[in-house]
Amino acid sequence: MNVLDNFFLIALPYIALAVFLVGSIYRYTYKGFQLSSLSSQFLEGRRLFYGSVPFHWGVLFLFTGHLIALLFPRGVLAWNSQPVRLMILEITAFIFGISMLIGLVNLLIRRYTTPRLKTVTNRMDLVIYILLITQTFVGLWIAYNFRWGSSWFSSLLTPYLYSIFTLQPDTAAVVLLPWTVKLHIILAFTIVGLIPFSRLIHFLVPPINYIWRPYQQVKWYWDRRKVRSPRTPWTLQRPKNN
Amino acid sequence: MDVRSQVSMVFHLDKCIGCHTCSIACKNIWTDRKGAEYMWWNNVETKPGTGYPTKWEDQSIYRGGWQKENGKVTLKGAGKRRGLTNIFYNPNLPVIDDYYEPFTYKYLDLIESPEGDDQPTARPVSLITGEPIDIKMGPNWDDDLSGTPDYARNDPNFKNMSEAEQEVMFQLEKMAFFYLPRICNHCLNPACVASCPSGAIYKRGEDGVVLINQEVCRAWRMCVTACPYKKSYYNWHTGKSEKCILCFPRIEAGLAPACMHSCVGRIRYLGVLLYDASKIEDVVHDDEKNLINRHLDIILDPFDEKVIRAAKMNGVADSTIHAAQNSPVYKYVKEWKLALPLHAEFRTLPMLFYVPPLLPVMATLKQVDNTEQSEKMNPIAKYWDDNWLYDTSTAELWGTLDQVRFPLKYLASMLSAGNEDMIKDKWKKLMAVRIHRRRVTVGDISNEKADEVLKEAGLTAEQAEGVFYLTALAKFEDRFVIPPAHREQAIEMMDFTGDAKGEIGFGIKSKVRRGI
Ligand code: HEM
Ligand code: SF4
Ligand code: SF4
Repeated sequence: MNVLDNFFLIALPYIALAVFLVGSIYRYTYKGFQLSSLSSQFLEGRRLFYGSVPFHWGVLFLFTGHLIALLFPRGVLAWNSQPVRLMILEITAFIFGISMLIGLVNLLIRRYTTPRLKTVTNRMDLVIYILLITQTFVGLWIAYNFRWGSSWFSSLLTPYLYSIFTLQPDTAAVVLLPWTVKLHIILAFTIVGLIPFSRLIHFLVPPINYIWRPYQQVKWYWDRRKVRSPRTPWTLQRPKNN
Repeated sequence: MDVRSQVSMVFHLDKCIGCHTCSIACKNIWTDRKGAEYMWWNNVETKPGTGYPTKWEDQSIYRGGWQKENGKVTLKGAGKRRGLTNIFYNPNLPVIDDYYEPFTYKYLDLIESPEGDDQPTARPVSLITGEPIDIKMGPNWDDDLSGTPDYARNDPNFKNMSEAEQEVMFQLEKMAFFYLPRICNHCLNPACVASCPSGAIYKRGEDGVVLINQEVCRAWRMCVTACPYKKSYYNWHTGKSEKCILCFPRIEAGLAPACMHSCVGRIRYLGVLLYDASKIEDVVHDDEKNLINRHLDIILDPFDEKVIRAAKMNGVADSTIHAAQNSPVYKYVKEWKLALPLHAEFRTLPMLFYVPPLLPVMATLKQVDNTEQSEKMNPIAKYWDDNWLYDTSTAELWGTLDQVRFPLKYLASMLSAGNEDMIKDKWKKLMAVRIHRRRVTVGDISNEKADEVLKEAGLTAEQAEGVFYLTALAKFEDRFVIPPAHREQAIEMMDFTGDAKGEIGFGIKSKVRRGI
């Protein structure tokens, strides 16, 4: 058991994180053409709504939730110190989880029942669907059976994840957790490791800077500040051109 | 004054013969690839008609372009708020069925089928699924008014025309149509650029060509919605959007874009316009009725000393200024004021201008009693009982413009944001040039009459000759005045040429690979 635990809870996370980091940076730097959300709305524009929208809002909420629990465990515990607030958080998260699961199932059905989508579907898509569906289902299962996740995540999982990130892996607390929770951890790192090899890479390049950039963009090949003034001779500054 | 240069275009609609050579030239060079089969960066539409994609002009469906509300100009179906909240599902995205499902035929079956009782046929198959399909639509399904009840009758430009006015257009004797070739307008206020969340689309400062960086596009597919002309297309195979690039590799090499080079009717002109970029924002916010005039106002006179100095200060090359002075586009748009932008009310400030068609208009005028003529005819020809004659008499010339076969209102809705006088003004000029040339070549029109007509149209005899020359005789170099790209300096800018020896080209470091 110990060997298995060590492999899945220590080795796998490190492999996954290393692959994720190196792979994503490589793909971003050298394979810009292959970075895309690979939208399929153009080929099927009706049913996508019932999949993509509930899925994405669900996954974004839950992803942010997990991130907050990781970054501010004390804040989450403080918030949860009043039962009403704990209930609100747990129920909201559960609803978003359901929304994500429904979205995923809709996406899966849509993709495999629309003939046109076959050409733009590869094996990795199926792997990702299965992983995400299982992960969401396991997550909901844990939330329902081992309450209250938002509290024990902050006190049990956050220290474990910190120990991974600080290169001093400490699995003492996690090995005692039920196997479903371990499965959730393992699947999470597997998904992270697959990001550079799948369409999931698109969530690393969200269009954040659209919020503050001006609407119009003009690009010059030549530095506009160094343009030729009519008084300087040719050799000093070259005119920019068509 | 912030002077910039723009390579822009004029299409002379009177001359387009609807041959689609331009579309084919473009397709062969750029879009003959998987995922791009359905894209027609250049397409030619029959008007009246619904166009491509179907009813693209109707922004209540596609929500393209800019809109002005309470003094603020915003993107109709995209933008920061709308675009980002709709990013997971874009409610205003056209889908493949709004264009057509690309297809081919199984030609090999004709050759390889085993011997049998029946002739083998080449079945159509979808280029998306590979399965046999029944072809229901194509990019030119309504060519030359075919399928009029489904297509021409649904033209969005009819929205302001009464039933009766429309009815008149479709009477068999009066039916008329013309062609509208379209490419990306390389706008001054491009909606596609503004809508792109990842900032992949940009306008080149040097020549104004609007391009999509294929390495940065992430398929958020907002530009497809935002472009009111539907000239940004989504490649469903690579997951990247693509659009007309104005053949910039050809332009940089001094060649005309493929569609223009191959144009059989020689309707296309390309040249530099200098414009004042600092006024764009102001113009875009103006009222609809002023838009076109204000748009034309920011195009500057390339002979004006002040403009030349400001252009040089801004780094515009001497060769480009020289090209601007010889630009056929400048002549049509500014000097003769003969060309208008398409659907200015979308507020993107398109830099492709159209000379409105005159011929289908003037050929209707008069119902004549031709019994006398019929009598004289050979008995077989007697069955010809067309009473509508092409009236070229000059006396009623201006009067008849109001009762033309092709309603002014229709053209005005396309080319002048509803302003009928503006179209009439162009028509008068076009007719005046014809009358002037008739005086010169046939001589049956008196000098007084011809001069009077020219004066009324606001043209001098010299200008009329110029219009005639550029319309009817212009050689290749007159139609395409392409500013030199100065590649020799561009290469210097990059690397020491010796460093790039043995590579595919300067600055290109990796091979292009498609798809994931
Ligand atoms: C950062 C914010 C994100 C944005 C802006 C975003 C945007 C998109 C877009 C535009 C599509 C294409 C939808 C279409 O077909 O038109 C898409 C698809 C998809 N996204 Fe995201 N996404 C984000 C985050 C995520 C996350 C966190 C995940 C999962 C961990 C995810 C998983 C997927 C999957 C599986 C698809 C494919 C759906 C399908 O076509 O079946 N996305 N996303
Ligand atoms: S016509 Fe061209 S430049 Fe203008 S908005 Fe459309 S794609 Fe952009
Ligand atoms: S090639 Fe020229 S004449 Fe022929 S359809 Fe195109 S624009 Fe018209």
